[in-house]
Amino acid sequence: MENKLSGFGLDPTGVERRTFLEEGESSPKQSLYSLSLSASLYLACFHLLSLKLGFILLLLSIYKMDLDLSAPHSTGTTIIGVTYNGGVVLGADSRTSTGMYVANRASDKITELTDNVYVCRSGSAADTQVISDYVRYFLHQHTIQLGQPATVKVAANLVRLLSYQNKNMLQAGVIVGGWDKYEGGQIYSVPLGGTILRQPFSIGGSGSSYLYGFFDQAWKEDMTHEEAEQLVVKAASLAMARDGASGGVVRTVTINAEGVTRKFYGGDTLPLWHDELEPTNSLLDLLSSSVPEPMST
Amino acid sequence: MGRMTELPTKGGFSFDLCTRNDMLLKNGLQMPPFRKTGTTIVGLVFQDGVVLGADTRATEGPIVADKNCEKIHFMAPNIYCCGAGTAADTEAVTDMVSSQLQLHRYATGRESRVVTALTLLKSHLFSYQGHVSAALVLGGFDVTGPHLHTVYPHGSTDTLPFATMGSGSLAAMSVFESKYREGLTREEGIELVAEAICAGIFNDLGSGSNVDVCVITEGKTEYLRNYQLPNPRTYISSKGYTFVKGQTEVLSTKITSIQPKVEAVEGGDAMEE
Repeated sequence: MENKLSGFGLDPTGVERRTFLEEGESSPKQSLYSLSLSASLYLACFHLLSLKLGFILLLLSIYKMDLDLSAPHSTGTTIIGVTYNGGVVLGADSRTSTGMYVANRASDKITELTDNVYVCRSGSAADTQVISDYVRYFLHQHTIQLGQPATVKVAANLVRLLSYQNKNMLQAGVIVGGWDKYEGGQIYSVPLGGTILRQPFSIGGSGSSYLYGFFDQAWKEDMTHEEAEQLVVKAASLAMARDGASGGVVRTVTINAEGVTRKFYGGDTLPLWHDELEPTNSLLDLLSSSVPEPMST
Repeated sequence: MGRMTELPTKGGFSFDLCTRNDMLLKNGLQMPPFRKTGTTIVGLVFQDGVVLGADTRATEGPIVADKNCEKIHFMAPNIYCCGAGTAADTEAVTDMVSSQLQLHRYATGRESRVVTALTLLKSHLFSYQGHVSAALVLGGFDVTGPHLHTVYPHGSTDTLPFATMGSGSLAAMSVFESKYREGLTREEGIELVAEAICAGIFNDLGSGSNVDVCVITEGKTEYLRNYQLPNPRTYISSKGYTFVKGQTEVLSTKITSIQPKVEAVEGGDAMEE
């Protein structure tokens, strides 16, 4: 396979399963009132969340835990979601930072919600992980009750409900992307504050600032899968070149009617941009020998 | 019947004394420093399982409170957890989750899985919004294979093949980044972990003393307490210390008899329902 340094040797196509519930087979039952179920799910979520989180919110808001809303837009990431003819491509960098230290240089920011819906996470790692866990749990139940795969719109709205109702507590900007049989590939952006906005493409995270102009110029409707993937990888690597809080490797997830494909682009496969130098005398050369040789000038 | 004030049961922290503390600080009181584990903790995945490592110094501000504390906590027979941050928090949260795991084992009749411990820890820490200052390296071997995770005080987790936490994490990570590779053998894994911990011990002021190692493989866990002792006490006085009886000088003596405050009455009334 590729060299050992890029991405820890973990199988990049393997999805790390962090399940809220125990994994198990459940056969969705046929349901006659799917629409009303969705509606009742929204209400149930509202109540459940209000009860569960409302109390904590109340306590903590009293004791001055308010989010500083004048803080920078998003933190430490570049996330991208793009539709093409047939599905969506989601992409992200892999850097998780705590202050100035990179806590994880090969993290996976694209998390599964259901088989056909994934979410790119940016902002506070803890907040987005918890939101993803809750939404995965709700969607699992919803899928059972509905009797068929959940739609991307439902998934995005569940994320939005959590995000909006706890806006004072959370620092989470996400991009929900997926494919369903009704609307095909869809991208929904749920930034800080809890707006939901369906877009043909979306960017988020601190590195996205450097991509607005790029996408204005490079985006076009009805791309092929290859074009979309190349666009996402190029954009991510451009943002990683300029944003200190983004870096590492690029991970992409393609979702279409056939299913889900994960791809991994190691740091050395990404193009070099203006003033970026070729790596020389790097560990990549030293590691090939068993005894580390002293670096030569 | 006395009046009972109805108060809803409160969860979480009580911040009632915060204003009092602020006032005390303003009046010049020195807050006692809580004991932190300055710490270097590491974990790595090798071909047969995981190896966890930790130093053994516990600090209270600039003072070493415990020269040989145990930072690798038991969670389950096949899962151990290293803890950095406030010592009380790491102890309490690992003990709590360890108990929950045991109850879960009784309920399910199965060996605990690492992701179970992970979910319990992360949901507890998230609900306390980072005030429970526990940064953990959780490692174990279950039916699905070896796992290594880091858990941060705010409740986020990472899954990694090698991980370091604590004040000495940068020193230890530099060792791992240079020398880690996939498919290490057990001896190589233990040696690399010991080397990483030593990097933390010698280069970080918050870490020191000895190296603890824990190796978890399928069906077997070895807790190598004090695997390395790179900081022996080099000078021990050969004479020792002797205290002769009567050596302490008595300056003055004052005897105060205890006044009886309660009168015990013989007999008295019989107790009535």
